[in-house]
Amino acid sequence: MIEVKDLTVKYGGVTSLDGMNLRFDSGVCGLIGPNGAGKTTFFNVLSGFVRPASGTVTAFGDNLLARSHFRRARWGVRRTFQTEQAISALTVFDNVAMIHSSLRGTARRDDVLESIEFVGGGVSPWVKVGALTAGQRRLVEVARAVAGKPRLILLDEPAAGLPDDETSHLTGVIKAIPEQIGALTILVDHDMALVSAVCETTAVLDFGKLIASGPTAQVLRDEHVMRAYLGTAEVI
Amino acid sequence: MIDTAGPKAPAQARRGPGLERRVYIRAAVIAVLLLLALLVLPLLMSAYYTDTMTQVAIYSIVTLGLGLLVGRVGLYSLGQLAVLTIGAWVGARLLFGTGQPYILVLIEAGLVTMIIGSLITLPALRLRGLYLALITLMLAGGVTVIEATINFPNGGGGFSGYNGSLLHIPQIRRPSFAGTDPAFYRFSVIVAIVMFLLVFAHLKMRPGRAWAAIKQSEPSALAAGINTTFYKLWAMALAAFVTGVAGALLAGADRELFSIDFPIQNSIELLAVVLMGGAFALTGAVIAAFLQAFIPALLQIWGVPNDWLIILFGIGVMQVLATAPGGIADQFPKDMMRLYRRITRGRSRPAAAIIGSGGAAGPPGTGSVSTGPAGNGGGTA
Repeated sequence: MIEVKDLTVKYGGVTSLDGMNLRFDSGVCGLIGPNGAGKTTFFNVLSGFVRPASGTVTAFGDNLLARSHFRRARWGVRRTFQTEQAISALTVFDNVAMIHSSLRGTARRDDVLESIEFVGGGVSPWVKVGALTAGQRRLVEVARAVAGKPRLILLDEPAAGLPDDETSHLTGVIKAIPEQIGALTILVDHDMALVSAVCETTAVLDFGKLIASGPTAQVLRDEHVMRAYLGTAEVI
Repeated sequence: MIDTAGPKAPAQARRGPGLERRVYIRAAVIAVLLLLALLVLPLLMSAYYTDTMTQVAIYSIVTLGLGLLVGRVGLYSLGQLAVLTIGAWVGARLLFGTGQPYILVLIEAGLVTMIIGSLITLPALRLRGLYLALITLMLAGGVTVIEATINFPNGGGGFSGYNGSLLHIPQIRRPSFAGTDPAFYRFSVIVAIVMFLLVFAHLKMRPGRAWAAIKQSEPSALAAGINTTFYKLWAMALAAFVTGVAGALLAGADRELFSIDFPIQNSIELLAVVLMGGAFALTGAVIAAFLQAFIPALLQIWGVPNDWLIILFGIGVMQVLATAPGGIADQFPKDMMRLYRRITRGRSRPAAAIIGSGGAAGPPGTGSVSTGPAGNGGGTA
């Protein structure tokens, strides 16, 4: 469970997140909003790349903001990036094995291989990531996110640029995370079909402000959300 | 019928990558080359080339360290020559001042250089790219000035071990088992092999993975829980250690050290040869060492002015940056493979096809006769 209270992030004169209050309970939660709404900034705050101007984030009873970025990963925060960042020079196995884990020896090796098996997609652990297709590289990033007993997984537009068949495979993978990995997962994506398929609850950001949150189907029908995405029909 | 694609396949995937044939071939080729370098070369080489090849062995350790920083971690350091001179200074001081075994002095010089090198680069760790290159060049300049002031040890007393009024300068001692030039050459090659194995082991384990992540994407490394500052410092420390060992080896090879022999511009030259040799492969370090120490020796014997070398390196670096980022270590095997394919393809073509293609200017009948066999040749190639 993650509780965000009065979270504000400012870049110079721009307020990227404006007093955000939100609770993520369990399962897969969606976070949507138009471009520039503050979704990635929120992920950057959770993973420690951005220091907020004010506010608190409590994750499973711990003050997340008190830890430095790499210590948060060791605590159990995992994330993928909007532009995929799997390491081309290493094999799939090494990419996943570099994730910090409290496991050692064979248990660690098994965990790495299970994570790669979990994402499927015909990804062999022993090939270099540089030789994979874009869709497979995305899956390697997801494998990195589920390795080493994570507690919080942040997926930043994992389906961006993927064809329909690969998106549907990814949908199945993300859906299986709560049951098989047991981590709270937050998904940012513009693909509403993906969001409705995997997220039980969804929150909507617009210009740094939270404009709606609740069960996904209900949120997507919300008048404010439609307006944020499509604009208003009012003529001045 | 036996089902091979059934449940056995995942079990095999779990066992890990089998050692491929080409890995064995590569290891065998390296082993043969090393045996040649250790056993056969010293018997064939003149004193001049023995001395030159000793320098190649020593500089291969220096380029190994710089290649590690540039190619594996993405840290462009222009201060490695200064790090080498710190190792040489410490090595010379210990060899003059104490009666410790040479190998112990090598390790001590490596450790002292590692500490000094890490301390002076500590503030530079937050920098990358051009700024890191500039800062390390300035630090190297500082070290050069200090060394020119206190001089290299020449058998004198005190901290500096330098006595300007000595009439007879004693030579820096060598290990008892490697007193002669060919023996010291063999010793240098063995030390270089040990340093390469040390770096190789690092690259294959956790630090190697962390460096690869840092090089491609620091955010991705941080998100994986990697303490990037610690691992960058580790790379700097390892590079400084091996370079320090090379410095202490250089003290025994040269037997007399003068600060004038290490001009600051050689630091830039060192980066140039590392880029040309290939910073992404360990073999690139050996090629870089040949460029740094062997080519100048050849030019000297041929009577070619040294300025040509600067021009040659300038063109070489431009070529690497423009067309072959992996350097000679990456490009040469590819070119050889291309040449091999071209030769074998030429051989497999039937003679008539070659006559046909070559005889375009001949009578019209020749072309039509050769069409059949040329088609077959194309099919089998």
